[in-house]
Amino acid sequence: MIVELGHFSLILALGLAFSLALLPAVGVYQRQPRLMQMAGSLSAGLFVFLLLSFVCLAYAFWTDDFSVAYVARNSNSALPLQYKMSAIWGAHEGSFLLWTLIMGGWTLAVSIFSRGLTLDMRARVLAILGALTIGFILFLLLTSNPFDRTLPVFPADGADLNPLLQDFGLIVHPPMLYMGYVGMAVPFAFAIATLTTGRLDAAWARWSRPWTNVAWAFLTVGITLGSWWAYYELGWGGWWFWDAVENASFMPWLIGTALIHSLAVTEKRGVFKSWTVLLAIFAFSFSLLGAFIVRSGVLTSVHAFAVDPERGMFILAFLVVVIGGSLLLYAIKVSGIKSEAGFDWTSRETMVLVNNLLLVTATGAVLLGTLYPLIYEALTDGKKISVGPPYFNAVFVPLMLLLFAAMAVSPTSRWKKTPIAFFTQQWRPMLASVLIVGALVFFLGSSFSGVVVLVDAMALWIVINLVRDFSSKVANKVQKIPSLFRQSMSYYGMLLGHVGIAVAVIGVCTTVYYTQEKDLRMAPGDVVNLAGYEFRFNEMRKVKGPNYIADQAEIEVLVDGVRQTVLYPEKRFYEASRNVMTEADIDPSLFRDLYVALGEPIGGDAWAVRVHYKPFVRWIWFGGLLIALGGFTTILDRRYRAVKQARQTSVVSSSGSNSASSAAI
Amino acid sequence: MKFGKMKPQRRNRLMIAGLLVSSVGTAVGLALMALNENINLFYSPAQIVRGEAPANTTIRAGGMVLDNSVQRSTTDLRVTFQVSDMQGSDLTITYVGILPDLFREGQGVIARGQLNDQGVFVAEEVLAKHDENYMPPEIAQTLAENQQKLEVDVKGMPL
Repeated sequence: MIVELGHFSLILALGLAFSLALLPAVGVYQRQPRLMQMAGSLSAGLFVFLLLSFVCLAYAFWTDDFSVAYVARNSNSALPLQYKMSAIWGAHEGSFLLWTLIMGGWTLAVSIFSRGLTLDMRARVLAILGALTIGFILFLLLTSNPFDRTLPVFPADGADLNPLLQDFGLIVHPPMLYMGYVGMAVPFAFAIATLTTGRLDAAWARWSRPWTNVAWAFLTVGITLGSWWAYYELGWGGWWFWDAVENASFMPWLIGTALIHSLAVTEKRGVFKSWTVLLAIFAFSFSLLGAFIVRSGVLTSVHAFAVDPERGMFILAFLVVVIGGSLLLYAIKVSGIKSEAGFDWTSRETMVLVNNLLLVTATGAVLLGTLYPLIYEALTDGKKISVGPPYFNAVFVPLMLLLFAAMAVSPTSRWKKTPIAFFTQQWRPMLASVLIVGALVFFLGSSFSGVVVLVDAMALWIVINLVRDFSSKVANKVQKIPSLFRQSMSYYGMLLGHVGIAVAVIGVCTTVYYTQEKDLRMAPGDVVNLAGYEFRFNEMRKVKGPNYIADQAEIEVLVDGVRQTVLYPEKRFYEASRNVMTEADIDPSLFRDLYVALGEPIGGDAWAVRVHYKPFVRWIWFGGLLIALGGFTTILDRRYRAVKQARQTSVVSSSGSNSASSAAI
Repeated sequence: MKFGKMKPQRRNRLMIAGLLVSSVGTAVGLALMALNENINLFYSPAQIVRGEAPANTTIRAGGMVLDNSVQRSTTDLRVTFQVSDMQGSDLTITYVGILPDLFREGQGVIARGQLNDQGVFVAEEVLAKHDENYMPPEIAQTLAENQQKLEVDVKGMPL
C-alpha cells in the first residue's frame, strides 16, 4: 500500500510540475500577478510530493519489501540498515528518483530565497525549473519506475546491494554529485529566463552567482568523494581513471569553473554577457550529457548501470530538446546584447577570458576522447576502440599548465588595464618558487624529477602571489583586524579555492611521480621492503562481518626494526550475492599513505599482495575540499545578504543594491 | 589599417577571435595527434585466430574465461588463462599481476596488451566489471552474434 502511495505521489508531482511550468508562464504572458504568485506554492507542493515518494521507497527498503522489484534487486534482509538506506540510490531507478527529488529541492530553494527578484523574473525561473522537472518525472514513470512490483511471485530474499557500494563513500557520494549536477539547472533557468525577457543586464549575473557557486561547490565535493572512494574501495590505489563516467562528471565541473569566473566578470564589469549565458546553457547540458553517458550504457565504463536502450533514447531526446531549444532561443535573442565597457589586453578581464578559453578547450578535449569510441564505431562500421588515459594526460596536462600560469597572475592583476611592469616583475616569485621546490625535492626526494619541480613550483607561485595580495590588503595596513573584516567573503572564497587548486595539484603531481608499488606473492613469514618501510606478512585468519565472511591478513610495518603500525587488509565474500571484494587497509598521514591490498590466494598458503607507498596522496582530496569550501564561502558575501534584506523590507526589485566591495572575483 | 589605430573594441574583438582560433586549432591538432597514438582496437578471439589482429601492437581482446583454463605460476604472479567466444575460437592470455575481484571462470573479461609472435596475448591490464550483471558491449555483441549462429546450427538447442 505504501509503495502504491509512493507511485501515486510521483504521478501527483508530475501534475504539479506541469502546473508549475504552465501557470506562472501564462501569468507572465497575460500579466496576471495572481498566476505568477502561484509559482511559490506550486514549487513547495512539487517538493512535498517528491519527498513523499522518496520516503515511500525508503520505507520499502526499511521493511525489506521484496515484492518491489527494485528493492529485491538491490537489498537483502541481512544488509545493515545504513546500507539499506543508501541502497535507495544504489542503482538506476532509485538514484534517478533522488536526482528528481534534489531537483525539487533546488526549485523550492529558489522559490524561498529569490523573493528579492521581480515577480515576473521569479515566475519565469520557476516555470523553467518546473518544465525540466516534467522531463525527469516522465523519465522515471515511463522507463525507470522504482515502484514496479514483482507480484504475484516475489523472491523470499533480495539479491543484495553490490558489495562495492556497501560503504560510507557511496552513502554520501551520489547525493553530493547530484546536488551539483542538478544545481546547474538553476543558473541555466536564470539564463533562459533572462533571454526570454530580452534584457540581459548585469543583474542576472548577480542573481545567478551564489546559486552557481553552491552547485559547483557540491559538484566539487561529489567528484572529490568519488575519487577518494575509488582509491580505498577498488583495491588498486588509483584515484582517477579517465573513465567515461568520471569524465561525465568532470566536464560539467570544467564548464562550471569557467562559468563562475565569467559570471564574476559579467557582474563586476558588464562584459562577456552573451558568452556567460552560453556557458550557463552548456554547464547544464553537460550535466544532462553526463546522465546520458552513465545511464544509457553506450560507453564501456566501470560504473555503467545495466544497459537499457529505451532509457538512453529518452535522455537523448530530452537532451536534444533542452540543448536545441535553448541554443535556438540564444541565437534569436543574443544579437542585441552589447558590452558596457571595453578593456585592454593586459586587464584582468583578459585573464579570465584566457581561463575560459582554456577550460572550454580542455572540456572539448575530454569530450572528444570520451565520445571518440562512439564516433569511431560509427565511421568504421562497427570497429570498437577504447581511448586510454595517455590521450587524456597528453592533452589535458599542457592546457592545465597554461591555466595555472594565468591563475598565478590573474588574482593580482587589475581590471581594465594592468601595468606591463606587473607582468615583467613576475620572474621574482617564479624564480623563488622554482628554487624552493627544487631545493625541497633535492634534499627530500628519492630521485630528482624536472616535471615535479615545474608543476609544484607553479602551484607555489600561485600561492605566493595570493599571499602577497592578501598581505597588501590586510597585513600591511595600520588597522590589521578591521581590514581583515573589510575584505568580502567572495575574496576569501577565491583565496580558499585557488589555494585548494594548488594543494590538489601538488598532491596529484607528487603522487604520480613518487609513488612506489609492488605486486608480489607473499606467504606468512615473508617480508618485503618498499620506500624504507619493511612490510612483514604475519598471518591469515578468518573473520565474520554482518553479511560477509573474510580472509584477513595481518601485515606489520616496521622502520629500522621498530613497529610503526599493523595493517589488516581483507578479502571479503558476500554471501547473498556471492561476490568477492577487496578491502584494502591504509595507514594514512599528511605526507604519505601506506596502502596494502590482497589479491587472491595463489596456491599453498601464499597470497597475491599489493603494497603501495603513496606520498602526498591525501593532498588531492584535501585540496578538493578546500576548493569546495571556497565555493560555499562566497555565498556569505554581504552583497547577497543585501538582496535578502531588500526582501524583508518588501522591496520588490533588488537591482541597485550592488555594494562596492573589494575587487574580488 | 594598423592594429594600433583600431578602435579599442574592435581591437579587442579581433584579439579574442585570434586567441580563440589559435587555441582551438592547437588543441584540436594536439588532440587528434594524441588520439591517433592512444586508441586501442578491440579484436574478438575469432578475428585473432584468423590472424586479422596485428602482432606487437597494443590492442584489446576479450571473451568468456574458459572453465579450468586458469593456471598460476608457483613462484610469481604470472597467470595464464583462455578466453573464448563460445564458438570454437579460443585465445590464450598471459598476465603478471593481480586480477580484478570479478575475474572468474565463466565470466566475461577484457584485456589490453599485445599479441606476441607465438599468438599468445600478453596482457598489461585485465578488466572485469564492477557489476556482475553488466556485460561489456564488445563481448555482448560477439556472444550475441555467435548465439544466433548457434541457434541456426543446432535448431534452438540450449548451449
